[in-house]
Amino acid sequence: MKSVTKAYRPISWPMKGSGGDTGSWRSHRPVVDTKKCSKCQLCWVYCPEAVIDRHEITIDYRYCKGCGVCAKECPTGAISMEKEE
Amino acid sequence: MTTSIKQLPDNEQVLSGNGSCGGCPSPMALRIVGKALGPNAIMLLTPSCAVASMGMTPRLAYNWPCINVCFATAGSSASGIAQAVEILKEKGRLQGELPTVFNWVGDGGTYDIGFQALSAAAERNDNIIHFCYNNEAYSNTGVQRSGATPRGSFTTTTPGGKRQPKKNMALLMLEHDIPYVATATVAYPGDLYDKVVKAKSIPGMKYIEILAPCYLGWQFDMPDTVQMSRMAVRSGAWLLWEAENGKISFNNPSSFIVSGIKDADPVDEYVMKQGRFNRLLKGPDAAQRIAEIQGDIDRQIAFMRERAKITI
Repeated sequence: MKSVTKAYRPISWPMKGSGGDTGSWRSHRPVVDTKKCSKCQLCWVYCPEAVIDRHEITIDYRYCKGCGVCAKECPTGAISMEKEE
Repeated sequence: MTTSIKQLPDNEQVLSGNGSCGGCPSPMALRIVGKALGPNAIMLLTPSCAVASMGMTPRLAYNWPCINVCFATAGSSASGIAQAVEILKEKGRLQGELPTVFNWVGDGGTYDIGFQALSAAAERNDNIIHFCYNNEAYSNTGVQRSGATPRGSFTTTTPGGKRQPKKNMALLMLEHDIPYVATATVAYPGDLYDKVVKAKSIPGMKYIEILAPCYLGWQFDMPDTVQMSRMAVRSGAWLLWEAENGKISFNNPSSFIVSGIKDADPVDEYVMKQGRFNRLLKGPDAAQRIAEIQGDIDRQIAFMRERAKITI
């Protein structure tokens, strides 16, 4: 991955945030309850945005769009959707 | 034995913060495809949501070299790139393993507009993988009818429900006598991963179709993308199968439905959860409409069961 300053032609480089800070689209944020989490990684595999860390099960809120797929698919109910202020 | 989720590799080919809707099945499926293909690949895209969501210059959401081509030319463009890569290798200008050339195309670019070029590429048996992510309508332009739209479905061009059934595109590609054809969906990532790994190892034309439930086009709630995909398989509306050198084998859980070990779920629940069907099911002919949809599904299962018996 290259930084924006190195792009000297109208050519795109693979970089995070190609659609802007997509976290601002969110109306509900997913919150992980680490006590209930069994680390099955289902949320990681189904996340369309690749914002969930596979091992720590932490969420990158800068890009998370709040679609709620992770909360719906979590078998232990460890992820809840909380309304954004 | 399908690959379990914990065995999937770590590499990410779809980067966070792309322009797709929340809960979009296209990046969801493309992440799994990326894990199977690895970074050494060239991606071709025709006009679709995948192009619209790839981001603004100078940023790109997909961690591959990407080429945007005309709508009708997915097959021919990929053939050209595959030939060029082979010639560069012959001349010694390209070192190491050959990159995989693949198309990432929606159902419009496969079923309708791109069919001629794709059919020709299949007939030539060029060394490419064609992925069709099938959301059963032209969702990028505001949900119009396509060849993949099932009977009874609402789109802006079929306001009273589509009257014709959908095409069986994967079977059409199989009849081109290509070495590998498979169908998959986002709810079964291990199954999809295995199919892409297998396709990568086979020379010649490969076709993989992925059912991608679009929440905007199908009119269900955003978090239900994976659940809708799972319900499509369990009701028999989408069959998971693969065909190596013309020999069809069904994958779980579709194999249970086709072999009759387990009955498919009734289509009612699947249909009533989607606004594109249930907004037309309020009149007195609702039972007849559901029976029509169920009839199409039953016919497709019976046909594929008999087709799989032909192994010559």
